[in-house]
Amino acid sequence: MKQFIEGSHAVAEAVRLCRPGVISAYPITPQTHIVEDLAAMVSEGKLDSQTVNVESEHSAASVVLGASATGVRAYTATSSQGLFYMMEVVFNIAGLRLPIVMTDANRAISAPINIWNDQQDTISLRDSGWIQLYAENIQDTVDLHFMAYRIAEDKSMMLPVMVCMDGFTLTHGIETVDIPSQEEVDKFLPPYKPLYKLDVDNPMTIGPLVDPEYYTETRYAIEKTHEEALKFIPKVMADFSKAFGRNYNGLVEAYRLEDAEKVIVAMGSVCGTIKDVIDELRSKGKKVGLLKVVSYRPFPGQAICDALKKVSKVGVLDRAVSLGATAPIAADVKAAFFGKKKAPKVISSFVVGLGGRDITKDSIKEIYRLLGTKELSGEFIDLKPELLKESYE
Amino acid sequence: MSNTLFSAGHTACAGCGQSLAARLVIDAAGKNTIIVNNTGCLEVFSTKYPESAWNVPFIHSLFENCAAVASGVESALKYLGTKDRINVIAQAGDGGTADIGLQALSGMLERGHDILYVCYDNEAYMNTGVQRSGLTPFDTNTTTSPAGARSSGNVRPKKPLPEIAVAHGIPYVATASSGFPQDLQRKVKKAISIKGPKYIQVHAPCPLGWRYESDALVLISKLAVDTGLYPLFEYESGVITGRKQITPKPVEEYLKIQGRFKHLMSNLEELKKIQEIADSNIKKYGLKAEQTA
Repeated sequence: MKQFIEGSHAVAEAVRLCRPGVISAYPITPQTHIVEDLAAMVSEGKLDSQTVNVESEHSAASVVLGASATGVRAYTATSSQGLFYMMEVVFNIAGLRLPIVMTDANRAISAPINIWNDQQDTISLRDSGWIQLYAENIQDTVDLHFMAYRIAEDKSMMLPVMVCMDGFTLTHGIETVDIPSQEEVDKFLPPYKPLYKLDVDNPMTIGPLVDPEYYTETRYAIEKTHEEALKFIPKVMADFSKAFGRNYNGLVEAYRLEDAEKVIVAMGSVCGTIKDVIDELRSKGKKVGLLKVVSYRPFPGQAICDALKKVSKVGVLDRAVSLGATAPIAADVKAAFFGKKKAPKVISSFVVGLGGRDITKDSIKEIYRLLGTKELSGEFIDLKPELLKESYE
Repeated sequence: MSNTLFSAGHTACAGCGQSLAARLVIDAAGKNTIIVNNTGCLEVFSTKYPESAWNVPFIHSLFENCAAVASGVESALKYLGTKDRINVIAQAGDGGTADIGLQALSGMLERGHDILYVCYDNEAYMNTGVQRSGLTPFDTNTTTSPAGARSSGNVRPKKPLPEIAVAHGIPYVATASSGFPQDLQRKVKKAISIKGPKYIQVHAPCPLGWRYESDALVLISKLAVDTGLYPLFEYESGVITGRKQITPKPVEEYLKIQGRFKHLMSNLEELKKIQEIADSNIKKYGLKAEQTA
């Protein structure tokens, strides 16, 4: 049913439809509306879940870890510092192969403290073993949650999934969203049947000490599953598209790439703005396009190479930095093209929209303008030079 | 072998109080129990892949989160409707409980989960090589509170963790000892018969960290109690309902057979301070046999 609804409320509706048995979270802006809504649903009897109001994000992640290991579908949501506080549990969950789904309301990292949107938080946890999917709009965010549980709980995967939504832009934005019925979701997402669990009738030790004889293989196994996920995620998306009539094309989404000479690679809600700019520039005869990355982990290197091999100039837009090195998505895109015969002449890297600074149409136009024959590395867009003049002598 | 819930063949040291206490705890709790274990000696010596000493479901996640993981296990069992027939035990060492795990423990106690938390108190970080913890006794020589020309060891007394647990308003708190097996098992059985959060702190000597001969485990455990340095008591809903009464022995008898206190043996001033700690416990908990009728 179509509703005019805030992003966080829509996510809470999606999570309710996924029927998690245990929900645990700790409040942090801008994630709060999601967990408040879920608490209200449980309180009103609209959702049959155990909600555990913990004393920290570390414990929130630990609670869902324990619940999932007991064979129950579990859910948590966080943001920014909260995600960092649960970081060791995040890695632990992936290592234990527990199919937990988490929503992250993407937010900048302190210091200086800043509650607004960029993607430094989840991008910094890219090596954790979690699958990371990034939403462009609220409908995406809702739909990705249904797909996230299907992907996570499949016996060929058994990996946790993070659904990443830009803080405020998507959590507090309001859009018309199609919220499916319980019957539709139940049909797409059957009850969770664990491969293994804590069971007094079939005792098992989970999380043993593993020495050098065995450790490497546990990491290798996750790496191989991520490779499998590159094929499996598009399959689930195709199933979803068929069942719900909304098209999800896979790991990346091409927008007006045909004959494009300049293409931006980006992730998340900024893609909406980029599409508007493309339509405008195309009407003036400029051959520009967008490649949206939906799955950041696993990183779809081959899909990106296939989509961009005929493009001469690629600009990678990062809403995060890897201080002291190439910006994260740009580094991955460059690595994907390394050694490839058919590759763009220029892959430039742009850092934009940190700590909630608006990425306007002009910001995007500036990136297209700068995307010339000279390769740019970590070019900060919309920088204010006047703020950098202070001296401490 | 397969009938025991915590099998022999694990790699604990000879004379380890924790391995003895852990077996007593799970045997008392029975097979319908899920164990959630923090990182520490117990997890290391009992679950080195591909072997495990545990014949009950067992999960280890991290150093400090067993209370939170157990909260998740318990919530999942409630969701499944099976909590009433399954016990959940969270267990950890003293560092994993009193220091790095205190926040998670406090959360678990405050939220009222139906979980028994067992702290095996060997009074320092033994798994990493005898560093002091919040439960290391006063004047103990550890690798991070070394006795030397200007120090007689750990400068602070033990954190009063049982009382901190009591302050959460939980239904049952007890201390126990690997030197008193029946008493420990009675307390475990009592704890799991009570709904809600329960905390038992078990004194569990460590031959390497405390530097004693491995056959002295039971002797040392008993002396800790009999000197008043490790009082055994029970709190039910905030009220003391049980105490192990003693005919107090001087603290030197306990201290002199452990390498960790060797530096104190000729230091009468420090010995006096430790005797005062024991005397204070004896008074506070009413431990002296002739004191009460």
